[in-house]
Amino acid sequence: MSVAVRASNRPPKERRRRVAHKGAIGMFLTPFGVLFGLFYLLPIGYAIWQSLLVVERDGTYGAPRQVFGWFTQYALVLQNGPFWESVGRVLLFGVVQVPVMLGLALLFALLLDSPALKGKRFFRLAFFVPYAVPGVIAAIMWGFLFSPNLSPFTGVTQSIDFLSPELVLWAIANVVTWVYVGYNMLIIYSALLAIPQEIYEAARLDGAGQVRIAWSIKIPMVAPAIVLTAIFSIIGTLQLLAEPQVFRSFSSAVSSTFTPNMTVYATNSIPNINLAAAFSVVLALATFVLSFAFLKLTQRKADR
Amino acid sequence: MSLLTRTAGATADDATASGRKGPRESLLSRSAALIVMGVFTLYFLLPIWWLFIASTKDRGQLLTTPSLWFADFKLFENIGALASYGDGIYFRWLLNSLGYAGLGALLATVVASMAGYALAKYRFPGRELFFNVVLGGVLVPATALALPLFLLFSQVNLTNTYWAVLLPSIVSPFGVYLSRIYAAASVPDELIEASRLDGAGEVRTFFTVSVRLMTPALITVFLFQFVAIWNNFFLPLIMLRSEEFFPVTYGLYAWNTQLNQIPELRTYVLVGSLLSIIPLIITFLLLQRFWRNGLGSGSVK
Repeated sequence: MSVAVRASNRPPKERRRRVAHKGAIGMFLTPFGVLFGLFYLLPIGYAIWQSLLVVERDGTYGAPRQVFGWFTQYALVLQNGPFWESVGRVLLFGVVQVPVMLGLALLFALLLDSPALKGKRFFRLAFFVPYAVPGVIAAIMWGFLFSPNLSPFTGVTQSIDFLSPELVLWAIANVVTWVYVGYNMLIIYSALLAIPQEIYEAARLDGAGQVRIAWSIKIPMVAPAIVLTAIFSIIGTLQLLAEPQVFRSFSSAVSSTFTPNMTVYATNSIPNINLAAAFSVVLALATFVLSFAFLKLTQRKADR
Repeated sequence: MSLLTRTAGATADDATASGRKGPRESLLSRSAALIVMGVFTLYFLLPIWWLFIASTKDRGQLLTTPSLWFADFKLFENIGALASYGDGIYFRWLLNSLGYAGLGALLATVVASMAGYALAKYRFPGRELFFNVVLGGVLVPATALALPLFLLFSQVNLTNTYWAVLLPSIVSPFGVYLSRIYAAASVPDELIEASRLDGAGEVRTFFTVSVRLMTPALITVFLFQFVAIWNNFFLPLIMLRSEEFFPVTYGLYAWNTQLNQIPELRTYVLVGSLLSIIPLIITFLLLQRFWRNGLGSGSVK
């Protein structure tokens, strides 16, 4: 975000100058501008429009037609139990999974950065490998690993049913954690590498040990990177779709409205596109509000 | 230049870490660190090892032999069976994925780098507005767009075509963001000026001079977009009906849902999963330098 701020601090006299190279600027910006308009802005506008329509029929068997219905669909969204259950489910998921995942990522990044660890290159690669596995494939793999018969750990999976209604949410949380810990670890690790070494020298001269250095210097200095990973994770959690959708094949406990995006998909398949559009708009807004609020909250803490 | 220098530091970190001065760490903390990392290495790699082992077994031995070690090595027989099942539809899916992700990421990189370059190197009214709208686009997750795109594409009867998955994949707001930062830092104005004096046009200057200086950023944008398209599940799920258009993830998902009816699909799902992640893992490991590039720049403050 700071880039935008920095860029707008240009000297005021530049504004008055005539724009040079108009043609070239047009050439450079038009392709992206057109595509962004067609496949980002237009769909968003169209979804909002569709969410304001309702389907009416003349009598029971009449032909359906769409008419403008103001916020009828949004009233239906508010009353829709399964949708809000799914929202509650991913919020619970996020409250537990995001801190666990980022805590692990931070721990690994600090260990990679500490002089106490040998074989850094190997660990860095090994932990990052799962990020190359698409969510669908990771979910298929773990689905088999959790299943009572196929798992290499049948001793565990036959006594604890990870695919039961009580545990399946956390089985999915494990898949997401497995895929993304290494990715988040690398973000935090590259922030750690950017800290000048002299700071540590001073702390060491003052007699600070590695743990103290990590706690008092490293973690505060990589806080922006952690905030970034947290925002991406919150967005990702609300959008959860592939992993639970795959788990439907392994566990009957995963309903077709298990997560908000699955609800959108299921509602669209009915088909009830107007309600699905309203779900989509509400979900996009919720995502934006949550990540924005989190950003503001952490900024205020940092200012204090 | 900050991106480049940071990477140079990152690749050399193993050397500097061991060469750091200061007190030697105690045996206790060294072994504790090693044990923690060792245990989690098992956690991260064991599932992939299991998938590999499972892919080498035939259907009977999959259930009856220890699942973390080899039985009769049937990997190539399994791949052969996979290739012939359903007229080789699996390899068509793999090609589709390569097409969607490869072509989509390539076009996305070209389009985004041009826009990012223009935003970095030219001054014009509305520049910041344009950039801020694009930045807002970075925050809109791809899945939030899947349904709106579906509604729009069904208006023009383009659902269930290659276009339905390819076209939306060409837009990368993150690519514009990264290209802008990178172009501002790595393409000197003097160089553009010199190229102008030599009589080259603006567009030609971009494609012959500036693009070369921006290469590390362009590879990063390409990689991120490639993975984003390869992993995107909602868009194909909602857009596609005929399996000839499926990307490999959707195809394997579809097979996986039929396991109860057609049990022999299990082997194909496992072998297919393995084959589909090997190219990606190799690419990742080879190009990881560029990953850290992009990851580092995401948190530039």
